Amino acid sequence: MTRYVAQRLLVGLATLIFASVLVFAVMEILPGDPARLMLGIDATEDSVRALREQMGLNLPVIQRYLHWAGGLLVGDLGRSITYSVPVLELVAERAAISVPLALLSLVLLTLIAIPVGVYAAAVRGTVGDTAVMGMTQIGVAIPNFWFALLLIYLFAVWLRWVPAGGFPGWSAGIWPGLKALLLPAIALALPQAAILSRVTRSALIDVLGEDFIRTARAKGLGRRAVLWRHALRNALIPVVTILGLQFAYLIAGTIIIENVFYLPGIGRLILQAITQRDLIVVESIVMLLVASVILVNLVVDLSYAVIDPRLRARA
Amino acid sequence: MSDPEAITDIQTSPGFVARAFANRSFVAGLAIAALVAVMAAISFFWVPYDVTYLPVTNRIQVPSQAHWLGTDHFGRDILSMIMIGSRNSIAVALVAVGIGMGVGVPLGCLAAARRGWLDEVVMRFNDLIFAFPALISAIMIAAIFGPGAINAIIAIGIFNIPVFARVARAGALAQWPREYIMSAQVSGKGATRITVEHILPNIANQLMVQGTIQFALGILAEAGLAYVGLGAQPPAPSWGRMLFDAQTRMMIAPHLALFPGFAIVFTVLGLNLLGDGLRDVLDPRLRGER
Repeated sequence: MTRYVAQRLLVGLATLIFASVLVFAVMEILPGDPARLMLGIDATEDSVRALREQMGLNLPVIQRYLHWAGGLLVGDLGRSITYSVPVLELVAERAAISVPLALLSLVLLTLIAIPVGVYAAAVRGTVGDTAVMGMTQIGVAIPNFWFALLLIYLFAVWLRWVPAGGFPGWSAGIWPGLKALLLPAIALALPQAAILSRVTRSALIDVLGEDFIRTARAKGLGRRAVLWRHALRNALIPVVTILGLQFAYLIAGTIIIENVFYLPGIGRLILQAITQRDLIVVESIVMLLVASVILVNLVVDLSYAVIDPRLRARA
Repeated sequence: MSDPEAITDIQTSPGFVARAFANRSFVAGLAIAALVAVMAAISFFWVPYDVTYLPVTNRIQVPSQAHWLGTDHFGRDILSMIMIGSRNSIAVALVAVGIGMGVGVPLGCLAAARRGWLDEVVMRFNDLIFAFPALISAIMIAAIFGPGAINAIIAIGIFNIPVFARVARAGALAQWPREYIMSAQVSGKGATRITVEHILPNIANQLMVQGTIQFALGILAEAGLAYVGLGAQPPAPSWGRMLFDAQTRMMIAPHLALFPGFAIVFTVLGLNLLGDGLRDVLDPRLRGER
């Protein structure tokens, strides 16, 4: 067990380091001088040189990488060119929207997909199963931002139940904040839930064919107890694996969905930073997003050991 | 394919076509995919209206006999825009699948053939690339070179590499211990030749199924990138961009957002059905599991 955890941690750490080298290298091949880019074409040679020195651009590449990566570790992400504030401050402010949005959609995704998948597996081959699977087939094909537009039209324009976009800020209270995040979270969660419920169904159907299920039924356990307690637990490995992969999609999805709903989160920040060529912001956020994907994959790997005692014994 | 016993490729067995056309998913998926492909092909020679001409007086019209799907805010015919936009979607997704296969399959085969540290390096490289969702790669590429269809292709293509590497590796690993491979080894064939002559034909089915799935995902990803302005740039029509333009006009003209969305769902649904059908037909063991 300890060996398995240590091994996974090491792989995760190595991936993180390589990812940071990759992000840094990609930003390094940028054509043009960042200092000149920041100051504009009218800047004098002296001021460009001064800024280059201030930004540490005159240092060797390796030293600059270490400085940047070391900064990331202690939360020093540099300074935004357009906003003239530390990037960390910007990111923290925006994360107060993006992180709850991603988590809310993750919760919705799980709460919808697993019961639907379990239901479809339990009634396999019936009309109910066919109907659910048909719906998920369509759900998989729906782009989340288009689904978001339909939701806006239905619930905000037509029924006027929720705002069409924007964010009132958490200072307005938790409920108005959550209300503003509800449609975006549904738009993110439902298409992914279609995928996860299909995976849950097929994993469960595999497990339901196994001997221990028959034993559990034979010793008098009810269908429902067998399904939820015995079968689902054994079907969790593929479900958690896909859920982990889906987190990467949710993160990428928030970037798009925040733009649909005009939510001032990290996604909008990064797209604005691209148009303003605020590369320090782009670099830092890309690295943060990639790091969170790596972290979630690590958590998924570690959760295998908790879900499946056999893996624990083997490792 | 020098030794006959190596031919386990179900695709070449005589019943393939008959079985394929008995599979509802396959038939429906093929029909939809063919329809979209034909529409894209026709758009090269003919579209109902010229989309470079902007008859602004004709703007935001509801569907009518003259304009089956209505017109947009510049007065352009939506059906013509969707037809031309399909070329962009197909081209981006197809080339991205090509990049994924072209790099991923050799990597996966190499990892399976050599095992050991090389396998480890390839798999860790896969993990690394996997941490960069297509949108994040696209953001990095756009930050450097500016947005455009080519960048969308590269970003989606890069994301496809580890997917194909994994499928190819898993498929190849299952083939290597088999007897016909050993007999090929005994007859003096090298790893490269065995991979090309025996492994690849035997994992082609799995790669084709995965290719269809990635094609569908590529269409979705392209639409998303175009929607946030990182894909094809206007005035080139693209489905994602049409939805972006439609958003601000939802109140007055919801139909603007409806048809490009239907086009995406229809195409992706068709490709997914085709992929499911292919999987069922090519690998009967999996039938009924999905």
